[in-house]
Amino acid sequence: MNEQTNSQHPDKSRETAPPFWQMQGITKRYGGVLALENVDFACERGAIHAVLGENGAGKSTLIKIAAGVVAPTEGKMMLESREVVFTSPQEANAAGIVCIFQELSLMPDLSVADNICMTSPPGRWGFINHRAQRRRAEALLAQVGCEDVNPLELVKNLPLSRRQMVEIAKALGRDPRMLILDEATSALTAADVGKVYDILRDLRRDGLAILYISHRMHEIEELADTCSVFRNGHHIETFAKGTHSDNEIVRLMIGREYTQIYPAKPAHPEPPAPALSVRDLSWGNRLKDISLSVGKGEIVGLGGLDGQGQRELLLALFGVLRGVSGSVEVDGKAARLSSPEQAKSKNIRMALIPEDRKSEGLLLPMSVRDNISMASIGRFTKGIFIDRESQNARVDEMVERLSIKAGDNELPVGTLSGGNQQKVVIAKWLMTEARIILLNDPTRGIDVGTKQEIYQLLRDLADAGAAILFYTTDYDELIGCCDRVSIMYDGGIMRELQGEAINEENIVASSLNISLDKQSSDGEPRP
Amino acid sequence: MKNMKLRISQSQGLLIAITVFVLMFTLYITNHPAGLTVPVATTAANKAVLLALVAMAQTLPVLTGGLDLSVGMIFILTNCLASTIVSGDPLQTAFGIVVVLLVGALAGFVNGAIVVYGRLQPIITTLATGAVYYGIALLIRPVPGGEVQEDLADFMTYTVFDVIPTSLLLLLAVVLIIWLPFRNSVVGRGCYAVGSAEGAAYMSGVSIDRSKLAAYTLSGLLAGVAGLMLTFVTFSGEASASIGGTYTLNSIAAVVIGGTSLYGGAGGAIGSIFGAFILRTIDDLLFVFDLPPLWQPLFQGVVLLSAVSLGAARVFRIKNRLELFN
Amino acid sequence: MQKFLKSIDKPVAIAFGFIIVLLLAGSLYSSNFLSANYLLQQLQVAAFLGLVASGVMLVILLGHIDLSIPWLVTVGGMMSTAAAGWWGPEWAIPFGVFCGLIFGVINGLGVAILRVPSMIFTLGINAVAQGVMVLHTGGFAPQDHATDLMHWLAVERVVLGIPNAVFIWALLGIVIVVMLKRTPLGRYIYAIGNQEGATYLSGVNTKLVIITCFAISGMCSALAGVLLAGYSNKGYQAMGDPYLLPAIAAVVLGGTHILGGRGSYLGTIAGVILISLLQSILSVMQMPEAGRQIIYGCVIVGMLLVYGRGQKVLG
Repeated sequence: MNEQTNSQHPDKSRETAPPFWQMQGITKRYGGVLALENVDFACERGAIHAVLGENGAGKSTLIKIAAGVVAPTEGKMMLESREVVFTSPQEANAAGIVCIFQELSLMPDLSVADNICMTSPPGRWGFINHRAQRRRAEALLAQVGCEDVNPLELVKNLPLSRRQMVEIAKALGRDPRMLILDEATSALTAADVGKVYDILRDLRRDGLAILYISHRMHEIEELADTCSVFRNGHHIETFAKGTHSDNEIVRLMIGREYTQIYPAKPAHPEPPAPALSVRDLSWGNRLKDISLSVGKGEIVGLGGLDGQGQRELLLALFGVLRGVSGSVEVDGKAARLSSPEQAKSKNIRMALIPEDRKSEGLLLPMSVRDNISMASIGRFTKGIFIDRESQNARVDEMVERLSIKAGDNELPVGTLSGGNQQKVVIAKWLMTEARIILLNDPTRGIDVGTKQEIYQLLRDLADAGAAILFYTTDYDELIGCCDRVSIMYDGGIMRELQGEAINEENIVASSLNISLDKQSSDGEPRP
Repeated sequence: MKNMKLRISQSQGLLIAITVFVLMFTLYITNHPAGLTVPVATTAANKAVLLALVAMAQTLPVLTGGLDLSVGMIFILTNCLASTIVSGDPLQTAFGIVVVLLVGALAGFVNGAIVVYGRLQPIITTLATGAVYYGIALLIRPVPGGEVQEDLADFMTYTVFDVIPTSLLLLLAVVLIIWLPFRNSVVGRGCYAVGSAEGAAYMSGVSIDRSKLAAYTLSGLLAGVAGLMLTFVTFSGEASASIGGTYTLNSIAAVVIGGTSLYGGAGGAIGSIFGAFILRTIDDLLFVFDLPPLWQPLFQGVVLLSAVSLGAARVFRIKNRLELFN
Repeated sequence: MQKFLKSIDKPVAIAFGFIIVLLLAGSLYSSNFLSANYLLQQLQVAAFLGLVASGVMLVILLGHIDLSIPWLVTVGGMMSTAAAGWWGPEWAIPFGVFCGLIFGVINGLGVAILRVPSMIFTLGINAVAQGVMVLHTGGFAPQDHATDLMHWLAVERVVLGIPNAVFIWALLGIVIVVMLKRTPLGRYIYAIGNQEGATYLSGVNTKLVIITCFAISGMCSALAGVLLAGYSNKGYQAMGDPYLLPAIAAVVLGGTHILGGRGSYLGTIAGVILISLLQSILSVMQMPEAGRQIIYGCVIVGMLLVYGRGQKVLG
């Protein structure tokens, strides 16, 4: 290990000085899922280092480890050649590593000044000097170009973009030596984004190391000196800006190895009868005039970046949201969807596989059998009693059909692996003989083998006449599984792709809001 | 000027509570046969301050997102203790007062310790510890009785300069010496942070344990002050479970009326004081308007139920039903 | 038999163990502790607590709590005796239980629809119920004498010398066990106690389930009040006060998790018998009320520390 410092060998410092921040052999396992595998990563002071990758590539895990929020399963981290171990975000902060996460660390009921100076406020003997605190907050707000934000204003009264600026100001107030930004500009207005660029350039000039995670190509082009691409938990490549074209970078992110095998898609000579028809669906400012339709036997995919309204659209269709306007028709008849109970009812027969299986899809301490039968108990009653025998028989059939590996069906569902848990959620809804199936990122955090099984299952269901609307953050799945794909952006449908037009360039381009070469596009951009 | 407007809009709950109180009290005084005389004001003040102190005690755990169902019992426990030891010569009296306050704080600390280190839910914890405190109160005072330093009690329950009820001054002193410093301390602000967003507070380096412990301990202390005051007012101690229970429920209502959110993170003890004043004035109004005494408990119960359900208004603004389940 | 024994939770087994310990300890104190007569008498007293605990167990399984027990018991006792006076003895029991139902439904509406935290709303309903009762007794002189039927149910023993009250408890118990284990409602109760959100997303009408459970709890409390009035031959103020804490203690001691989703009725039976035995021993030892309260509180906290701990908050 070369421990020479700059002062000892000034002429050799350029070549032999170790990086400011290094991560070696980092592996992170969550249960059976590998989020990061044997990652080596380094970044320097005075540079903006962009980290790129699809959803699930491991970027968030990487920075959570760097910021002290989670500990790595294996590997070590070095700050200026000294090994460091963080057991809490506070320890990382103390070492000078400050991270701005996507989920803000602000307390909504407290003022901007209180939030900015939450960690070590000015004052003596345990009291807070409010005037000094306000001045410090004003200074930091000025630094991020937000002089118009009143430090006394409550955070919950600020629009989301201002809140994100407050979060940045708060991070700067911790005197960072390395600043990590995770999608820090996703909620910002264009003007604020410009201010952030300026701040980052100033910080770079002051010698900070900056790690910048973003999906937005144009931002990377503006800011980054170095780029690292991650894919499937691996560090693929690090290169200087300008070394690769946009297309090449996109390919690096997506990769050429298609380890997935997708079931064959049937040809649809004429458009199938619509099972689900949505027109001008709106909800607050999260869903804007969405119109789409899903035919019987079709698998329609929803794509786009995280948080563009896909989750809300599925919830709205399932009756969970209040104040939804627009019309929804099921099998040509108008449907009023005001609760999941209604959505599940005989006339509509909709199902939703929710986003977070552990808190929304399953009752972890309850048995596999109880979970699978939860949505369909009404079908197995003799009078007011549950007909255990017929219910268990049907449940066991379902377990067989989906190859759920559970040992004993009476065991709590919490003991199953992620993939099998997801199969239980799907089984629960198959028990209701649903004919419109909504899925919210169903293969997130699931092993490859189970994913294949789920793809085949979806295709079988579609072939049997079900209409499937399927949100996924995995571009591969959109291409492999879906007959049609709708890309969402900012609460609306940006683009619809069909047939040959469903390819990675078009999907990524629409999601990232850039336009690539038009040679392979066959889709129709939305106005 | 801009800051003034901002501060006013942020204190809306408190200002509304103050206005409502002033209006109601005026109504009471104008309809009172004797009018605004010193004895009338003093009696009203004494009763109001008792509830105000207990309401302040309830405010602290509520700010952290919890609830204390034992404040009423700490109240009567310290009352019974005071009726035993707060008497004799000035030195003994002073010593007795200190012990009473310490016992209150200790009771609060026990609550906090079980919630923080035992990781138990505050509601069921304080329901159980309330029973224990009540039991101890019964041990100290199996039958109502006892005594208290008479001169001190007289002083505390009458007036200063023949005009200002001493109890109001006590309340003011408590606000200035205990509440405001706490509000402005790092630990105190930590309580608000924990109540507002515990996860974000952790990420921001707030010591969640320390804030919660401080909140519950201070709550016990304030309930102890209230118990002491009760002894001065009644000249005795009584281990009455129904009084304890009534004060607990009323304190929750006072907290809600005063603008503190039951979910934590917003509000303050001063609002709770006015919430308590409003509740007391409602009682007095019932008396002044000759509402048949038989109807009073029902009326009070309905008022309390409505007050604690005020926070339910939130439900109608929520647009994503999944959020209701957290 | 093997499977049955295996399916018993640890806390339930411990509770039954303690019952045996207490019985043995009591028998050392006095020789007729283990006599059939004495034991049956214990069961009779336990039956009243058992009725209340049955109702509150359902509410706790949901993850909520019912603090309106004290005055709903009183409502049952006083309204039943009053109805006998107004309309005739055959109306006593139905009307008493009906009043409990009404208050229970209001509890359910407040918790399920207004989403006021249950401990606060039921506390408020307790006060309102008290107000209604004060109003009721103050004015005209209502009949507060229990009917013969009520007395017969509460006090007499018809079959094998087993008190009728115990049969009523047993009947209620069977209904509840069957409901919990064999009906959809029972399944939904456990599900909501585990995760209301996931249950809602499975298309279950969670509001209705919650309202139903609070309604049942109200009826159970009122029924206990009816029988209590039968036992003492009159309905009186604050007759329900001694039942809140013991009922919750019994449910918690029986292994029902305070946050909901876990628990068996067998455990509640054990908890009720345990608490009743404890009460009886304390009174034989002439333990004053003070000591009892302290012991209840410490027992609840102790059991919770062993079985009911929460999660530490992480970032």
